Amino acid sequence: MSLNIGMEIRNDVLCIRLSGELDHHAADSLREQATEMLESSGVRHIVLNLENLTFMDSSGLGVILGRYKHVKQLHGEMIVCAISPPIKRLFDMSGLFKIIRLEPTEEYALERLGVA
Amino acid sequence: MMKNEMSLQFSALSQNESFARVTVAAFIAQLDPTMDELTEIKTVISEAVTNSIIHGYENASEGKVFISVRLEDGVVELVIRDEGIGIRDIEEARQPLYTSKPELERSGMGFTIMENFMDEVEVRSEAGFGTEIRLKKHLSKSKALCN
Repeated sequence: MSLNIGMEIRNDVLCIRLSGELDHHAADSLREQATEMLESSGVRHIVLNLENLTFMDSSGLGVILGRYKHVKQLHGEMIVCAISPPIKRLFDMSGLFKIIRLEPTEEYALERLGVA
Repeated sequence: MMKNEMSLQFSALSQNESFARVTVAAFIAQLDPTMDELTEIKTVISEAVTNSIIHGYENASEGKVFISVRLEDGVVELVIRDEGIGIRDIEEARQPLYTSKPELERSGMGFTIMENFMDEVEVRSEAGFGTEIRLKKHLSKSKALCN
């Protein structure tokens, strides 16, 4: 079980769609790909779709927090969407929802960032 | 009541994190845990093994990680051990959001997650000799049977 990372640019938003398992091993490639995409595309917002993520641990929290810090430097925003109850527990435990917004679906998240 | 044990030993490589949690989950499945309990156990194995790899062996990938699992009377007992550098200050390491490696984007939530998902967490460590994490969890189905 590994992590599949799908990326798409919609206006000034980088949509990242994850499926599979996000652990320490997978976190490195997510960090590298997301950083490269933000830098090469010039977009400043991230929508992170976790609908098909079947497992995550604290390494996932770390890499998500890292991307949040990156878009903040670009004066952008980050929205996490379609999160499952087990993964939401980790977010609640870490207090990450106090700084990162959550939306039920990718459409809502994009709408929030002004993408029709 | 039934008693059953298994142990694993593998190289401290990040690609073995998923092997470790999936293998332990497969062994525990015989107790018929709930999906939540299985997820919790997979998560704590992932946390402890990741700690051994990143902190115990400092990503040098030369050491070994040892896991033993014991099932008895509906209680799961996990021991995750390494022979790495050890933890200098266990109290500090267990604080939520504390990390000794912020540059690696660590969240500092590993021990907090273990404490939340398990009934007992015991950490033994000696500088230069390694770290041993003992975790215990009572499965809900077996609790119901006892009552």
